[in-house]
Amino acid sequence: MYDEPALESKVTNKDIKIAARNVQVFYGDTHAIKDVNVEIQDKTVTAFIGPSGCGKSTFLRCLNRMNDTIDICRVEGDILLDSEDIYDKRVDPVQLRAKVGMVFQKPNPFPKSIYDNVAYGPRIHGLAKNKADLDEIVEKSLRRGAIWDEVKDRLHAPGTGLSGGQQQRLCIARAVATEPEVLLMDEPCSALDPIATGQVEELIDELRDSYSVVIVTHSMQQAARVSQKTAFFHLGNLVEYGETSQIFTNPVDSRTESYITGRIG
Amino acid sequence: MTDATASHTPQPGQGSETAKSSLFTVSPRTRRRNASERRFKAYGITAILLGLLFLCFLVYSILSKGLPAFTRTVAEVELTLTQAQIDEAESTLLKTGAYRDLMIAELGEVLGDVEPEAIQRIVGNPGAMLRNFYTANPDAIGTTVAFELPTASRVDGYFKGRITREGQANSTFLTPSDLDLADRMQEEGIIKREFNWQFLTGAEASDDNPVAAGIGVSVVGSFYMMFVVLALSLPIGVAASIYLEEFAPKNRFTDLIEVNISNLAAVPSIVFGILGLAFFIQFAGLPRSAPLVGGLVLTLMTLPTIIISTRASLRAVPPSIRDAALGVGASKMQSVFHHVLPLALPGILTGTIIGLAQALGETAPLLLIGMVGFVALRYPDTIASGFLDSNSAMPAQIYTWAARADQIFYEKAWGGIIVLLVFLLTMNIIAVILRRRFERRW
Repeated sequence: MYDEPALESKVTNKDIKIAARNVQVFYGDTHAIKDVNVEIQDKTVTAFIGPSGCGKSTFLRCLNRMNDTIDICRVEGDILLDSEDIYDKRVDPVQLRAKVGMVFQKPNPFPKSIYDNVAYGPRIHGLAKNKADLDEIVEKSLRRGAIWDEVKDRLHAPGTGLSGGQQQRLCIARAVATEPEVLLMDEPCSALDPIATGQVEELIDELRDSYSVVIVTHSMQQAARVSQKTAFFHLGNLVEYGETSQIFTNPVDSRTESYITGRIG
Repeated sequence: MTDATASHTPQPGQGSETAKSSLFTVSPRTRRRNASERRFKAYGITAILLGLLFLCFLVYSILSKGLPAFTRTVAEVELTLTQAQIDEAESTLLKTGAYRDLMIAELGEVLGDVEPEAIQRIVGNPGAMLRNFYTANPDAIGTTVAFELPTASRVDGYFKGRITREGQANSTFLTPSDLDLADRMQEEGIIKREFNWQFLTGAEASDDNPVAAGIGVSVVGSFYMMFVVLALSLPIGVAASIYLEEFAPKNRFTDLIEVNISNLAAVPSIVFGILGLAFFIQFAGLPRSAPLVGGLVLTLMTLPTIIISTRASLRAVPPSIRDAALGVGASKMQSVFHHVLPLALPGILTGTIIGLAQALGETAPLLLIGMVGFVALRYPDTIASGFLDSNSAMPAQIYTWAARADQIFYEKAWGGIIVLLVFLLTMNIIAVILRRRFERRW
């Protein structure tokens, strides 16, 4: 009964970075994502909100084909990145993931030095010609991750020795080091305290200048604070997608209203 | 009345009674729970103490029976042979016998009025040793040379307490009067005990000269085999586990393989032995008793152990590390080799070393492929002989010694066990050190 397509508010005239058309995701026999259509804009923070198990993380992981690593997961429909279907046979998911970076729920730095954490992506993609080049990329990425000042004196200390918030910003620095075009963030602050959360949110706002950022969050306040566009998922459906201000003040769908006012979820 | 079930059924009057119970009085239910906890601890401590007791007994019996194998009893004799004596000995039919008589005559002069047969019963037959020495060192002819003659196994046993005077009362191999002579020789400083290097470097010996038997050659044989096992089972096992764990699709076929690997780990080693006999020796035509074949058979046995432990340590690497690597655009293989494998390395190394230690102590398959070869070569010569020459292995050597008649072989079997255990202990310590050194937290 809730299968009507998402209600979209007016889209501003920014470029469409990712367009999803009739996306279905199945885990074995479970239909996890039902017919999602969404257009994600460039240089915008888009938040995915919704109750647990509604499919927002699943959908996020479709955008850089991380779901390929799950054997029983099947994706149907088209997801276009700059009008190119990322599920096309010719697409190598490894190359795609260099363009669509990802930050995970739990900070997951490699058990290597801070420098090596950030340098890993550029190294495997051959982005640096020499050591000086790589040093520059590492510094730039760490600055972008807003963690340079805290770690510049101990670049060769292990990344796992940092605090949770620092680790997460290190992971963001690592993700931006490969110069992605889109940054996917799967509940990046759920393991962080309010102060670290504030720092990461500030960072997300700065990243908006260069990237299209898609963030999954459980915190509606966070979605309201950092995003310009919000998509509300419920039971595998994209219920409503529009300007964040409109979703939170004047939702069209009754389910959205129930969720943001705390009656369902 | 005051326990939890009572509070679940709210009845008027009882609620207030529950609320009044003091923290200082222990309820019967708590007392029962504490008692059962104490009982469980007592069981655990008993089990550990029992284990320690058995371990102490094991170590004591091995050391008390095996340590004598590391010493030997020798008679020191200074002998001067002229060229004429040598020539005469060389012209006889039984050359070593002539050399022996020369030595016994010398000893007889030192000891005075003693019958030559008694001396021979004490020092055994040093003829071959003398002849080998003078053939190798012709310059020594005419000079005085100090020889150390290993005493006969019974005399050795007498000084080590293995043989008693009462036991020899009716013996013709070593009479009580011979023991008096031996005691006299010890008092005069001719017979003494020294560290038995020959046990560590020597080869298996015949029943005629049991004191010369040593474990050295079979140590070399075991090393050759371990080299084959390591060189084959580590790369094959690790590659197989990485493929199965990280790349293989999860379907019936891979499930079947997994079940089979687990089953292989439980197959009795003698089955691998007969497989090796049928395949490597009878079908593939490889030589018998060769360390290469032994190594191949032990590889078959070690592979499941290595695969299982490698897969377990790969699985223990948190998936977030794989996600992180894939998330920055690493390929599957890069994520495995750059991130997962280094983290799993301590576990893999530990599993490998434990697998090797298992293989080192394995006896049954070696018996079937004939790795009990009587290698009458001395230690330095066998180094050169390679993977295809007959050789023995430590556990097989111990097994053969334990079955031989002369009591000194029994002692040597225990000594061999000490050597084997020292190797196993060293390997396990290396495993622990590697694990500590490379273990990383995340």
